[in-house]
Amino acid sequence: MSTDTATPKVVLQIDNLESYYGPIMAIRGVSLKVYEGQIVTVLGANGAGKTTLLKTISGVMDPEKGTVKMNGEEIQSLEPDAIVRRGIVHVPEGREIFPLMTVAENIAMGAYTRKDRSTIQADEEMVYSYFPILKDRRSQRAGTLSGGQQQMLAIGRGLMSHPKLMLLDEPSLGLSPLLTQEIFEIIVRLNQEQKVTMMLVEQNAKVALDAADYGYVMELGRIVMNDKAEVLAASKDIQEFYLGVSQDENQRGQRRWKQRKTWR
Amino acid sequence: MDFLQLIVSGLANGCVYGLIALGFVLIYKATEAVNFAQGDFMMLGAFVCIGFTNHEYLGLNFWLAVPLSILVMGVFGYLFNWGILRHMFGQSQTSIVILTIAMGFIIRFFAGSIWSHEPTSLETPYAGQDIRAGGVVLGVDEVMIVVVTAVLTLLFYLFFSRSRTGLAMQAASQNQLAAYYMGIPVKRIHSLVWGLSGMVAAVAGILFASKGAIDPSTGLLGIKAFAAAAIGGFGSLPGALLGGLIIGLVEPLASRYGPPGISQIAPYAILLLVLIFRPGGIFSQTQRKKV
Repeated sequence: MSTDTATPKVVLQIDNLESYYGPIMAIRGVSLKVYEGQIVTVLGANGAGKTTLLKTISGVMDPEKGTVKMNGEEIQSLEPDAIVRRGIVHVPEGREIFPLMTVAENIAMGAYTRKDRSTIQADEEMVYSYFPILKDRRSQRAGTLSGGQQQMLAIGRGLMSHPKLMLLDEPSLGLSPLLTQEIFEIIVRLNQEQKVTMMLVEQNAKVALDAADYGYVMELGRIVMNDKAEVLAASKDIQEFYLGVSQDENQRGQRRWKQRKTWR
Repeated sequence: MDFLQLIVSGLANGCVYGLIALGFVLIYKATEAVNFAQGDFMMLGAFVCIGFTNHEYLGLNFWLAVPLSILVMGVFGYLFNWGILRHMFGQSQTSIVILTIAMGFIIRFFAGSIWSHEPTSLETPYAGQDIRAGGVVLGVDEVMIVVVTAVLTLLFYLFFSRSRTGLAMQAASQNQLAAYYMGIPVKRIHSLVWGLSGMVAAVAGILFASKGAIDPSTGLLGIKAFAAAAIGGFGSLPGALLGGLIIGLVEPLASRYGPPGISQIAPYAILLLVLIFRPGGIFSQTQRKKV
């Protein structure tokens, strides 16, 4: 995305972050920056530490070392509700909704940290305009929605806190390719129309790189590669290991059976 | 006529069981811990009110003492979670269960040493009054229990379905992690739930002590209320009340019409039947997560 200002503002800056799951070091010194208005994606396989990274940012997990700065202020030791109040919302993996509450109540819960009723109502309308299906189902229990609708609800509910930065954890998880496409189109629209900066964690590298401006690749708790999304999409390693594009066959018509990543 | 009086006194007992069960369920739903001291909370609430009201203690006006005791128990519940239980976060269920059982012992001991182990009853302005209607004699105390429980149920319903804090409590109990992500201060909500169940316990205790004598070991009634909560489906508020009413009604009917001794085992026999035929309880609220 092209921004008008010459030097866009850094919304989120992470330096040398280390987080543990009990004795296991899940994040081993991650540093990254998210600029205002961008969609940044973090790619990586299962267990690379992507979800842990998001949980550490949103305050559900406390880091052992390192800093998380939101607009220059350190937030790594704050409680999760204080971080939501500062404008970071986490849309968790696997659409963690409130199953026994109605769709409308779920959406209202997203605005828990806000008080001003009139703007909350306007935002409710905004959420329904992006996800019309939720408006039809507003008085239905959220647990009875389909998977894709629950994902929409989770994103819509996240929007209700009026976030400056939205952390999206695997929005494509368990969705059909068509639904994934639809969800990502909405994510891009939200980024452009509502000016929500997005940090997107994905295993589905293809859709994530199509939507994103900038990308980081995580492996075993470290960032191993980072660049503009187009550059990453064109890189051989990413194509081979994340996009599943097969490399050229050699002269004997066989694929190389062992490939070495450039960062190892 | 005899039957109708049995029903009313059964309903009154059942309401007390139901209110204690409500305290169990509130805490269980919100924090996934079972407070085995809930019966002792009830007993303590009763004694706090006795301490405020009865003439050998402070001798305050009854209608002032009641809200005061409810408030005291609310603060007690809040502080119990804030000061002790919260620091057990992440420990196994067993250690939390043992902690609450131990807490019950401590409360019983303190109540005994402050207010003696003798059965005491609460001096209410309506003690001993009757309502006579067409040959039926109903104690005001029993009618009071039923009315207060009904009003409290309505208040709870409004609180959980309308108020911001009530909805946040629901949200935190349905999906704690998501509640954190929405910016709900889950730890404070937990303390508030403990405060709320302390308040319900106080109401149950006051109602119980207004009907008959109470002594520190009455807290063991909590076991019967636990059965009531399980019959109703642990985790459902209406279920807890219904379970309490069932047990309360069965007891006097069984002792009147059944063979001797049956009234003591009847609540647990019902619990067994419910667990066999409807293991989730009458109002089970289990659901699977969609993938």
